[in-house]
Amino acid sequence: MVLICPPSNGLLTEHVKQLKEVNKMAYSEKVVDHYENPRNVGSFEKGDETVGTGMVGAPACGDVMKLQIKVNPVTGVIEDARFKTYGCGSAIASSSLVTEWVKGKTLDEAASIKNSAIAEELALPPVKIHCSILAEDAIKAAVNDYKQKHTLISA
Amino acid sequence: MDTPHFPIYMDYSATNPCDPRVVDAMIPWLREHFGNPASRSHAWGWEAEAAVEKAREQIADLIGADPREIVWTSGATESNNLALKGAAHFYKTKGKHIITVKTEHKAVLDTCRELERQGFEVTYMDVQADGLLDLEALKAAIRPDTILVSVMFVNNEIGVIQDIPAIGALCREKGIIFHVDAAQATGRVDIDLATLPVDLMSLTSHKTYGPKGIGALYVRRKPRVRLEAQMHGGGHERGMRSGTLPTHQCVGMGEAYRIAKAEMHEENKRIRALHERMLNGLKDVEEVFLNGHAEKRVPHNLNMSFNFVEGESLIMGIKGLAVSSGSACTSASLEPSYVLRALGRSDELAHSSLRMTIGRWSTEEEIDYAVATIKENVAKLRELSPLWEMFKDGVDLSTIQWAAH
Repeated sequence: MVLICPPSNGLLTEHVKQLKEVNKMAYSEKVVDHYENPRNVGSFEKGDETVGTGMVGAPACGDVMKLQIKVNPVTGVIEDARFKTYGCGSAIASSSLVTEWVKGKTLDEAASIKNSAIAEELALPPVKIHCSILAEDAIKAAVNDYKQKHTLISA
Repeated sequence: MDTPHFPIYMDYSATNPCDPRVVDAMIPWLREHFGNPASRSHAWGWEAEAAVEKAREQIADLIGADPREIVWTSGATESNNLALKGAAHFYKTKGKHIITVKTEHKAVLDTCRELERQGFEVTYMDVQADGLLDLEALKAAIRPDTILVSVMFVNNEIGVIQDIPAIGALCREKGIIFHVDAAQATGRVDIDLATLPVDLMSLTSHKTYGPKGIGALYVRRKPRVRLEAQMHGGGHERGMRSGTLPTHQCVGMGEAYRIAKAEMHEENKRIRALHERMLNGLKDVEEVFLNGHAEKRVPHNLNMSFNFVEGESLIMGIKGLAVSSGSACTSASLEPSYVLRALGRSDELAHSSLRMTIGRWSTEEEIDYAVATIKENVAKLRELSPLWEMFKDGVDLSTIQWAAH
């Protein structure tokens, strides 16, 4: 059986180019970059006292972010970060981005990162703003977790 | 492996490419043969009318109907509106109760909502976990004042085929009008209305390799079914649907249905083989679930949930593959697929679903590429997924208190 693909004339390559252009419009270059090359994926050793973990979202909503920060107990500066995210490309990109941003910041500096800055950096469309809110919440949750652990230890 | 260098279309349930033979048949009716089929006073009108009537016969021929039972519409949405509103309005003195199913297309569900606003009562039936309607439950839902039952032939998301002969027989026995949305069924399953107890059937062109913007409603003559018109004007289509007929569109749908009748059995054999190939390629992936009954489905549809992987992120990864997902992120409403939820699938499995639908131009190479890229991206995204990590650590995700956002 001979298959004739409908757009089988010389217009095909032109059409493919057009489809690729449309694809570019769907996600910003930065979102695509973080999705394809996610930074700092993974988890730290379980039981590491210098690590704070934040897990936000819910599977039923289609987004779960886990963000971990590794803090220098002496200086209080975040030295490393890891993430894992179940969610759309924008959610993955938002969490990947904040693992870069929190490094070198103090706990309070990190906790003051605003979702609007994340959304602006990644050029998120309005329907994806909740991804940046989730990333902001993940930082706050990780910072709180670290602070809670260390209040308990020092007490 | 060789990567096909052009995007692969695997969204045949959304729409089909027009068959080139259909396009060729349509063109003359846009050029020199431009007449209005309703013009009775000159040759332009006569030839257009003859073309429309030939197309009407081709539509009737595919579904075992009489051409006089075919009413042209703009597509299945309009056919569903005309069937449900038209029958409900005409038979409202007989009763106010309508029965449909939760997994129907929005064109049926939303029309039923409108009828509820007008004072009708609608029962929305649950389906079983395999997507099929339970006949006993339907029997129990029928009331003395039930005037209309509407059940789709083939589901657009999960591809399951409802038992239309049995449901029709039940409706016939109770004297209830039976409407079937067959938008996804024509050319995919055999339809013979000479024996099938169906009163009204919605048809569309673009899911059967015809042009968009044209469809039809089958309205049974024996026993006669009456409708109240929803579109008023010049009294076209026996008064049931006014509006100048688009000759080229009618001709296109007719040619598409002619091809479907001539080639569907051969074509479906080929598509079934491709379906098996894709299913065999994907079924052994860990934590993968087939949505919808395994056998009572059209081979064109494969709907699977890849647990712990969100659908939109998967679609973003499988570049060059045009598929769709029940994930909320791919819909305008931010709600996951209501069809998958009606099967009792958890929200997370609905978010993790992929609908792959194949058709006339799908090839083995495309299936192999799809299987490989899906597997690769599922594995990659699971490495990124905190849920996958917890699952692997033996955490029961259903015991966790998630903060909904």
